[in-house]
Amino acid sequence: MSTKPFRPDVDAPKYEGKYAPYDIIKEGTIAIVVVGLLVVLLATLFGSPDERAITIKTWSNADPVDFATTALGELNGTTITAQYGAPYNTAAPGQNLGPLKLAQFAGVTIPVNTVRDFVIDPLSSQPYNKNLSAALAQWKGASAAQQSSWVSNYTKGASKMTWSNGTITVPATNTGPVPTMINSLTAMARSGALDQALVTGGGFYTTNYTKPLLFVADGTYLANLAQKQHLLGSQWGMMNETGSYPGQAWLWLYTFWYQVSPFSSSSNADVQVSALMGLLSLLLLLVPFIPGLRSIPRKVKIYRLIWREYYRS
Amino acid sequence: MAYLWSLAALIPLDNYGHYIHWGVIDLSVANFIVIVLMILTFIAALFLPFPGRNRRKESQ
Amino acid sequence: MTTAEIERQWTTRLRKRVAGHLPPEKLLPDTQPAYVSSWIYVFGVTTIAALSMVILSGIILAIRGPQWWHSSSIGHFINSTHLWSVEIFFFAMIVHLWGKFFMAAWRGGRSLTWVTGVVTFLASVGTAFTGYVSQTNFDSQWISTQAKDGINATGVGSIFNVLNLGQMLMWHIVLLPLAAVILTTIHVLLVRVKGVVPPFEDEKGTTK
Repeated sequence: MSTKPFRPDVDAPKYEGKYAPYDIIKEGTIAIVVVGLLVVLLATLFGSPDERAITIKTWSNADPVDFATTALGELNGTTITAQYGAPYNTAAPGQNLGPLKLAQFAGVTIPVNTVRDFVIDPLSSQPYNKNLSAALAQWKGASAAQQSSWVSNYTKGASKMTWSNGTITVPATNTGPVPTMINSLTAMARSGALDQALVTGGGFYTTNYTKPLLFVADGTYLANLAQKQHLLGSQWGMMNETGSYPGQAWLWLYTFWYQVSPFSSSSNADVQVSALMGLLSLLLLLVPFIPGLRSIPRKVKIYRLIWREYYRS
Repeated sequence: MAYLWSLAALIPLDNYGHYIHWGVIDLSVANFIVIVLMILTFIAALFLPFPGRNRRKESQ
Repeated sequence: MTTAEIERQWTTRLRKRVAGHLPPEKLLPDTQPAYVSSWIYVFGVTTIAALSMVILSGIILAIRGPQWWHSSSIGHFINSTHLWSVEIFFFAMIVHLWGKFFMAAWRGGRSLTWVTGVVTFLASVGTAFTGYVSQTNFDSQWISTQAKDGINATGVGSIFNVLNLGQMLMWHIVLLPLAAVILTTIHVLLVRVKGVVPPFEDEKGTTK
């Protein structure tokens, strides 16, 4: 046999002591019954949360100005999605981990053009309406420079945007078809038609909600509701649940890093925290092979409690 | 049975949660309870005597 | 066919290997070393019991489809059992992990048991996450739109789109549970093959 010295954190002593009866099938059965009863008890006592999904319809009816401002943001390219970068578009280089631009490297695999996908295409899907059709024709016939000049003129007055008598009004001139487009999209949103237009972009069937979710997340309505439920990233929200239910408490370390420097103020926090958690997971995985780390249990001596009968005998 | 189902939540936890703030730490009471229970369970498992191991015998 | 030929068959060789590593008395032992006497040992089997409950409640939810539980009180109750069995699953698994760490249960050629345990934990975190984003409610809207940034930033978002409900649901009810169950099986079989780790020699030093 090997003449290697015995390494107490790697090798186990050969056990030549006593054995005791141990019925693992009975143990397993008891475990299933006890856990089953506990699950039914907890489910009966506390139930589970189910906050209804919001829709673009509820959002635009609750806060038409926030909706219209977001819609304008999709047009003038100022929303989170419009400025996202990969995998949605090339508007930004995305986050980097030192020299590694991982998102950019992976490329644009889920293309989203906020002007086309969130404004023009949904409006074009609407039944014939003289004003809207004229506005869309004017938009599509204009040069990019002309389009951006209309949008930028409208944007200048957007901070004074008001909602009354079912109309979004912005004090601005030389805005071309933009007011009609924003108003039509708002009306469409308030009727529920925009929810449908965004999901059915791919045809009859869909299981993909990328576009409506991105649109909703660009506004402040969803985030305001989330803040009330204490779900924001800055509120350790990753491990929280709606209501007073326990959440994904096992994500405590993942969400912890977002709260502390340098991650709390880093523009690359997402990729940095992911990388750090990947590294820490690897450390946990490799504990048996890491000198020092693998000696902790022997030095902490909690095992003396676990095996106290053994050491007593 | 239908009666049981309709009782699905005797104490629904749908109201806004309570939160514990302590420096940078910001925990929901529910998660806090879960974590404390986990630690208590671990400690209890270490200290409580395990039953039914008195009749130890040589068998191998 | 000669005996030697039969001995050389893949099937024969596999059977002999399995029987050598895992004879029935190791797979289903009726005794354990006397040192296996602590409540800390019950959290592995508790984790498996909770996993069974997670799968059972998940199967019932699957029968009526992903949105049944919003409109049926029975469905909501089953969803509640799904949630609470997940909470118990992670609870037990984490206590199990602490216990195994402080026993240095990787000793004596058991490092792969530890490794598969940690991978199972990570796969379970992923499985739970894809469940949260497949709920088709406010929770899933918020969690998916938040989580996308973390996942996109690593480049993984280019293929793993958390905003794609169909994709997430497939991962949640097919791919990741399959991984978790296979990993758990390997983990448990390794425990059976290698046996429960013996105590440290300590000052007593009599067991060598």
